[in-house]
Amino acid sequence: MAPSQSASPPPELPRDPMVARRQAVMALCADGTLDDLEAVMDALAYEGAVEDLRRPETGLVMVRGRMGGDGNPFNFGEATVTRAAVRLQSGETGFAYQLGRDVKKARLAAILDALVQNPRYGREVERAMDPLRTRLAGERSTRERRTAATRVNFFTMVRGEDQ
Amino acid sequence: MTALAHGFGDPVTDAQQVFHAAMNALARPGRPQPLTSGLEPPRPMTPELAAIALALADHEAPIWLDPALAAASGAADFLRFHTGAAVVADPGRAAFALIADPGMPLPVEQFALGTAEFPDRSTTLVIAVEDLSDTNGWVLRGPGIADRQSLLAAPWPHALADIVRLNSAVFPRGLDVLLAAPGRIVGLPRSTRFVEEI
Amino acid sequence: MYVAVKGGEAAIDNAHRLLAHERRGDPSVPELSVTQVSEQLGLLVDRVMTEGSLYDRALAALALKQARGDLIEAVFLVRAFRTTLPRFGYSQPVDTARMEIRRRISATYKDLPGGQVLGPTFDYTHRLLDFMLEANGEPPQPPAEADAGAAEGDMPRVTDLLDAEGLIEPSSASDCDTVGDLTREPLTFPADRDLRLQALARGDEGFILALGYSTQRGYGRTHPFVSEVRVGEVAVELVPEEIGFAVPLGRLTVTECQMVNQFKGSAATPPQFTRGYGLVFGQSERKAMAMSLVDRSLRARELGEDAVAPAQDEEFVLSHADNLQATGFVEHLKLPHYVDFQAELDLVRRMRAEHEANHPYPLSEAAE
Repeated sequence: MAPSQSASPPPELPRDPMVARRQAVMALCADGTLDDLEAVMDALAYEGAVEDLRRPETGLVMVRGRMGGDGNPFNFGEATVTRAAVRLQSGETGFAYQLGRDVKKARLAAILDALVQNPRYGREVERAMDPLRTRLAGERSTRERRTAATRVNFFTMVRGEDQ
Repeated sequence: MTALAHGFGDPVTDAQQVFHAAMNALARPGRPQPLTSGLEPPRPMTPELAAIALALADHEAPIWLDPALAAASGAADFLRFHTGAAVVADPGRAAFALIADPGMPLPVEQFALGTAEFPDRSTTLVIAVEDLSDTNGWVLRGPGIADRQSLLAAPWPHALADIVRLNSAVFPRGLDVLLAAPGRIVGLPRSTRFVEEI
Repeated sequence: MYVAVKGGEAAIDNAHRLLAHERRGDPSVPELSVTQVSEQLGLLVDRVMTEGSLYDRALAALALKQARGDLIEAVFLVRAFRTTLPRFGYSQPVDTARMEIRRRISATYKDLPGGQVLGPTFDYTHRLLDFMLEANGEPPQPPAEADAGAAEGDMPRVTDLLDAEGLIEPSSASDCDTVGDLTREPLTFPADRDLRLQALARGDEGFILALGYSTQRGYGRTHPFVSEVRVGEVAVELVPEEIGFAVPLGRLTVTECQMVNQFKGSAATPPQFTRGYGLVFGQSERKAMAMSLVDRSLRARELGEDAVAPAQDEEFVLSHADNLQATGFVEHLKLPHYVDFQAELDLVRRMRAEHEANHPYPLSEAAE
């Protein structure tokens, strides 16, 4: 086999607004739980047929870091990742790749990725994810506030020797 | 990617069967091995080329396509989706080269030929042909062949003479070849020699 | 000669049944759930993920339960499981500058931008056993909260402050290089820094800690300062071939340590600080710090230093850092060596006979 572990960055993509929207939905799906995604699907009430292009499966991604945080990349350990790929009746193809081993959740995420590309459902998907977005933001804010309470405030002691 | 063709129906078993056929083909050079492929890849990719690619290529094994496949709509997307492999333009980066048109010459010296230390880091060429038989053909000798093995491919791949010449010059570096006809494949590892008689 | 010996199947089956029974312990005590392990023994789970080299909290917790808390056995189970999974690819390098910080401290600057954030730490505890925990006491007080303010999300790396003055070696970022992966290619020496860091990240915490300690005690001093330790969540992205853009996979908790080390300079380089780096899964501060010490020591050859101490010997360090390899080779000694040992017995008897023939006096005296 030819060596192929190139560390080159992905090719520069044209700024496609749909790519950014899909990435935002994918990020929410990755951070949410199965219950969250089921609630989103319930809210959408999508009843079209969904075809599995690839049965959901769990595998590994080798996670990379950078030496010194900003130097050359190195491999520092693997993570479990589950992926799925579906196609809607209307033709849109949806993908999911997310940490963990939840195959049901990955399949729902793939359906949502396909739906966000659909002209009729796209905006609805984003609206239906508002509760999840709000919950995650609230949790993050609580974590940040708790962390902030452990920030050290130094006091400078002035002694009177220079009088 | 509007009409992506399906991959293996049963990914594990199907890939194992293809792997088994490819392994036997390379272990018994020139002797046709049965290979059933239920795939319907975008033309002109043949079902056998697709089956070998889906069984053997992955994200660490990039694929090079011959001009006929590179020009075909959907062929690269089909391979990217089902294998995760990159489709590369530089033959030297390819772990596998898929050749749908055996009548064209190939840039044989530009493929990865391996290194003296790692001769296995070379490109494996998978060439589609219309028919393969082991009666009345070129006589092959070499490891994996008890005495002699006869091979006839139709059409005879244009690049094969160049590949054989190259292999004898750079051994143990070199190129391994799989010929894929409907329902059968033949392996021609770099150690196989062609004897000048019919 | 190789002699196959059969037998023991029933004994093995029964031993496994007994093991399952012992694992459960006293049945009148409620059974431990895997989620209890992952929630309440979180740092142990982090360590199994780091040394098992697989980020999956639930799997690591299950492995710990199955292994009765034996850390290396749990690592073994996790590593065995990962071999059953296909590899989808390599992530984009995680950006620790964009970490959602849960802890961040520096030993080099008191007043650094973003401040010293202690987070959930054992530091400053009195190390007095808390018998309230034994008594199933009250739930803990809710954590205090404070305004996160604008500083949150603005936590420059301390090394960047030194970099701005040119006092620290620049970190090289040449993305065209290939990245070594020791899960794909066996380690060969000399090993580049990417492979060394990978081996250290999954290496045994005790071993790496002892090596880091040895450098502090004088076996290859590196004059280290903790420029920064940060713990928190980083986003991971993958670019699958069939999608063609970066897919956010979710977040991982990681610990990063930047060590800065005094360096006298060489003919080619002026005196400056050099770097040691540690990056591990979960909150594993001790491991990240020890890793950064050993990473710096292993750069001896690159920096033109004499490699005289164990922590500077990459073949010694990297060949012995993996606790699964180590336990495999040590523990294999308990497997049957009956035939080998028979040969040894024969050899020792023969040597004694020869010895007796050559030195008859002391042995025959003892025999009489």
